[in-house]
Amino acid sequence: MRPQIGSARAVAAPLILGIGALLIWQLTVMALDIKPFVLPSPVSIFTQFIDNVPTVWAASVVTGTNALIGLIVGGIVGVVSAVIAALLPIIDELSAGLVAALSVIPIVALAPVLYTMFGAAEETARQIVAAIAVFVPVYLNSLRGLRQVRPVHRDLMRATAATPWQATRVVTLPTATPFVFTGLRIASSLAVISALIAEYFGGPVGGLGKSITSAASSSNYALAWAYVLGSIILGLLFYSATLALEKLASRHRPSA
Amino acid sequence: MTDQTTTPGAGAASGAASDAVSITGVSRVFTGRRGESTVTALDGIDLTVSPGEFVSLIGPSGCGKSTLLRLIADLDQPTAGEIRIFGKTAKKARLDQEYGIAFQQAGLLPWRSVAANIELPLQLHGMAAAGRKARTAELLELVGLGDFGSKYPDQLSGGMQQRVAIARALAESPNLLLMDEPFGALDEMTRERMQNELVRICGETQAAVVFVTHSIPEAVFLSNRVVVMSPRPGRIQGILPVALGSSGQRGEGLREADGFFDAVSEVRELLHGAPAEAGARGVENR
Amino acid sequence: MSVSEALKAVDAGSIGTVPGIVEDSTRRPLRGAAFLRRFGLGALGVLLLAVVWELYKALGPAEGVIVGGVTVLPRTTDLAMPHVVDMVGRLFEPVSSAANALPMWMAVLQASAFSLGVASVGWIAGVIVGLFLALLMQRFLTAEAALFPWIVLSQTVPLIAIAPLVRRWGAQIEIGSFEWEPWMSVALIASYLAFFPISIGALRGLNSPDTNHIELMRSYGVGWWTTLFRLRLPASVPYLLPALRLGAASAVIGTIVAEVSIGLRGGIGRMVVEFAAAAGGDPAKPYAPIFGAVLVGLVAAGFVSLIGVFLRRYRRGEVPA
Repeated sequence: MRPQIGSARAVAAPLILGIGALLIWQLTVMALDIKPFVLPSPVSIFTQFIDNVPTVWAASVVTGTNALIGLIVGGIVGVVSAVIAALLPIIDELSAGLVAALSVIPIVALAPVLYTMFGAAEETARQIVAAIAVFVPVYLNSLRGLRQVRPVHRDLMRATAATPWQATRVVTLPTATPFVFTGLRIASSLAVISALIAEYFGGPVGGLGKSITSAASSSNYALAWAYVLGSIILGLLFYSATLALEKLASRHRPSA
Repeated sequence: MTDQTTTPGAGAASGAASDAVSITGVSRVFTGRRGESTVTALDGIDLTVSPGEFVSLIGPSGCGKSTLLRLIADLDQPTAGEIRIFGKTAKKARLDQEYGIAFQQAGLLPWRSVAANIELPLQLHGMAAAGRKARTAELLELVGLGDFGSKYPDQLSGGMQQRVAIARALAESPNLLLMDEPFGALDEMTRERMQNELVRICGETQAAVVFVTHSIPEAVFLSNRVVVMSPRPGRIQGILPVALGSSGQRGEGLREADGFFDAVSEVRELLHGAPAEAGARGVENR
Repeated sequence: MSVSEALKAVDAGSIGTVPGIVEDSTRRPLRGAAFLRRFGLGALGVLLLAVVWELYKALGPAEGVIVGGVTVLPRTTDLAMPHVVDMVGRLFEPVSSAANALPMWMAVLQASAFSLGVASVGWIAGVIVGLFLALLMQRFLTAEAALFPWIVLSQTVPLIAIAPLVRRWGAQIEIGSFEWEPWMSVALIASYLAFFPISIGALRGLNSPDTNHIELMRSYGVGWWTTLFRLRLPASVPYLLPALRLGAASAVIGTIVAEVSIGLRGGIGRMVVEFAAAAGGDPAKPYAPIFGAVLVGLVAAGFVSLIGVFLRRYRRGEVPA
């Protein structure tokens, strides 16, 4: 293996790179006099962000709620389906094709027909898009986790004459847990991204996606970028929350 | 190096119900996925283990010694023949928890503390929390890990993990202990220390042990009888009684004793296929 | 706070559990009867979905199932849920009532081919950038320390939100006779989504050889480049292939989204939005480009699997990803 990255370097290096990149961005915009409609400077984006915290916040709440509902619904459906598929191989085989397709197709393309199915004035379609996007990684990772039981643990359960339910509770589910959380962490980003870009495909206004496009079409580019900044923070929030959950759930496990 | 009667039940004992393990005419044939390749892992195995007796199965890779252990544990079923444990079928014995088992990998559940790992079988069989706690404390002392109950497996060394696994196997005070190369992954120093511990523990618990290994000194040091197996198909090459004294008498000094080296040589000769000569030295040829 | 959390994860060596690199090693290539069985059951699964759709449409309430003011299950009118037969049948009718209109399937195929072309340009750019970053990070520990957290962050945040803003860039760039065209903006966004799984997967793959293999190379006294070509690249194949597949899926998604937000005509993304507008009078019409999107996704994934067939030799004893 290669040497580990020291903790000082692990923190300093990306910070220096990040600050450096922002500086270069700022200086380039100033030096070359780049127009805001091409690329506003970080300072002007940040100023717009601070000036518009209430509106950005309101838009973030709309998109964030959709993403959260999608994450919860998709997560629950994903885990439950994985348990069913692990218990009944026929279900797994029947759904393999559909899941394989779901994992390669752009789910946001479903947004327009979902708007007609559930009503274009409702947020439901976006929540469903987010839920489907969440479902795929959660289902695949959970199913994989449920199949990770080590032979020695399976033997142990048999040798101790454990009932199937005991074996599931004591060994199978705890073994699968870190995989479920990995799936959820991947899904957390997808939930925000899907909920946001589903807005580009129509539906009611108010979310971050619609706000970005409307600010851009009214030539208020710094404001559009402020909404982008808002979406970045929202994405980070979702990611950190699931990451923290994952860390909590995966103490005392050898890194897989 | 002749048969001594100190060896409990060596050889002659035959009353079915009184034997810890009785194996008659057992074969195990593995069939390949498409049925075209079959491997005879075990062929015509007869073996009895008396209560309190320590029996090692030794042989080269592929001789079926682990398979035999798995058959006794009912983790696998024989193609032919019969296995009885304290007079019960292997399945009944497993469901009644007549044995405890330790594997080559400690097989601890990484998300459970050491104490929680040891009490796992007790918990599965519905023992109350207070009783579990007392028994776990007892077992931790027995394997010399009194202070480690609240640690997690990843915080322990390989030898310590293996001790936890042995404690778990002993949790329900079984009269039979099955061990599949439990020290195989340990370094030589740890291994010898663990062997000393095991001799002491067996002395205290009075359980019969079936012990799979491919270390000749280990088999000789621990056993009342060493069962030497040969591969393709897995058969019993010979059974060598080792009489190196009761558990109390086996200490570090034994590893230097002449009797120990003699027995080691005999097992080695048996392994390398000199049954006739070995027979003359008092090996049972069934 | 959140950044430091993410950094900590990276520091703890979470390379092994980075988003998206999911490969089910239990699914090996199948032959003969087993393949037919799996394929047949998969097709049956799709059929079952259609049956469930029709059953719900026939039995469900017209206004959908509403719980507490929220529509939980969709409306079942022909407008909201056209018959599956109509969706398929619509493919064989002309796109519009115009005299010279193409049959729907042909229009969808053309749009799919266009999107697939843009997506492949984005994918190739993503592969080049991703591999370059992976090599850089493998070679220089400091580069890994500096870049890796940003690469992870770049995709955990919905930076695709900038898609509507990228369109502006195109008009500004003109170098000699080279003119930036809108499709290049789309490909740029596609490559931005594609490079991430590739760089992460490639880095994992390049770092995957056993210590003893690395030390063997060192004992031969060969340099980094030789080690790269003889050991690291071949060893990275089992990690690279799922990464390339994920990259392809991301490129397709990026293309379709960017087509919508940039407003590029000719591809599936734009078709999805345009046909959705026609849903009122022609409810089966919006489903045609969705079939196209599925097709593009499957073709892209299939193409990468084909690469895997050629690299079969390097996948012996495949490491479970």
